[in-house]
Amino acid sequence: MKNLINILDLSTKDIDDLIAVANDIIANPEKYQEACKHKVLATLFFEPSTRTRLSFESAMLHLGGSVLGFSDAASCSVSKGESVADTISVVSGYADIIAMRHPKEGAPMIAATRATVPVINAGDGGHFHPTQTLTDMLTIQHEKGRFDHLTIGLCGDLKFGRTVHSLIAAMSRYEGVKFVLISPEELKLPGFVKQEYLDSTGTEYVETSSLDEALPQLDILYMTRVQKERFFNEEDYLRLKDSYILTPDKMKLAKSDMIVLHPLPRVNEISTAVDADPRAAYFRQAAYGKYIRMALILKMLEVRV
Amino acid sequence: MNIDSIKNGLVIDHITAGKAMRIYDMLHLGELDCQVAIIKNAHSTKMGKKDIIKIDSAIDIDLDVLGYMSPHITVDVIRDGQRVEKKHIELPETLTNILRCKNPRCITTTEQEIPHIFRLANAEKREYRCIYCDTKASNL
Repeated sequence: MKNLINILDLSTKDIDDLIAVANDIIANPEKYQEACKHKVLATLFFEPSTRTRLSFESAMLHLGGSVLGFSDAASCSVSKGESVADTISVVSGYADIIAMRHPKEGAPMIAATRATVPVINAGDGGHFHPTQTLTDMLTIQHEKGRFDHLTIGLCGDLKFGRTVHSLIAAMSRYEGVKFVLISPEELKLPGFVKQEYLDSTGTEYVETSSLDEALPQLDILYMTRVQKERFFNEEDYLRLKDSYILTPDKMKLAKSDMIVLHPLPRVNEISTAVDADPRAAYFRQAAYGKYIRMALILKMLEVRV
Repeated sequence: MNIDSIKNGLVIDHITAGKAMRIYDMLHLGELDCQVAIIKNAHSTKMGKKDIIKIDSAIDIDLDVLGYMSPHITVDVIRDGQRVEKKHIELPETLTNILRCKNPRCITTTEQEIPHIFRLANAEKREYRCIYCDTKASNL
């Protein structure tokens, strides 16, 4: 595999292997601390990020490699009008692997066609975010111990929620997985995700606007933020931003072993009072991001430890 | 209504009624020097009504455009007044630079040089999606 643009670039076996390596890194971090010595990761973030960029950089540093890049389109030549294709052609000469985030959907695909080194999609607009899915899956494996026979509730912005699209693509490959899609009418899951990942695999799903009704049946609740940056019209954002707020009262409706995931950052969709609930797994989830990205970098650079 | 037969050229037949002008534009037939005839609403036993385009010159045309535009379309190749080939046009797997993506969040809106490519996502529904952002193409 040269590039990771869509989570389906990885087979379920690839994902199992990555999770196995990530777990070995968690158990034996010293074994990996020089695995990528003299290798350089470029983090090209044309859109702001905290967790994804820092976890990529932390991952490479913990593998003994180096990082370079930018965290804002204003601080690179794109602000002078340079195309993504040209930027990538240049950076290919400076780095061994590229992690790229871009507000435009499909930008990493363009990058992959021009790069001479592996390209990882670190989020493209409201489209896909495969490395968040790997993080989610490492968390699910730790918290639930399986990927099959799970009822997964996805709540909030399912239209522009790139983490949701990639998670559905990945999890719809496992037997007995059912999705409950909880969103306001305007932020429902796009047709291409339903058609290509749910309908084509015969995966069961229901759509609802009621979080309360959905909660009792869920094994996993995946909350998402209504993303201000995806709206062209602020009025629409203001009308929809408080659609769902998870509170300790609502958590009383959930199973005792349900887990709450969130790709973060959150705004107000999960009350901070929920953080103390042991079922709130989102900060544990964020920590797993570094380990799975370490495993991914090793795989893409074909480094064996 | 009489329209002269052509000696060397193409007959694009079985066009869904009403789509001939769009095909004329998309194939840039207005730029040709030769005779081009558009027949609208011709009688068809199979289709009821159909459009036909006759081109009095053996030009190369983009068959992908035809396959996308109209499901039953055929192209007769005429040489010395005789039909020498009848092409049945399939739905193409990809369309390059025929459609433009309408999604304002798509990378094609900012990268000027890249080709606009759509893939066939559902043959039954004749549905195409942008390869970059997966947005559905609007029907022509």
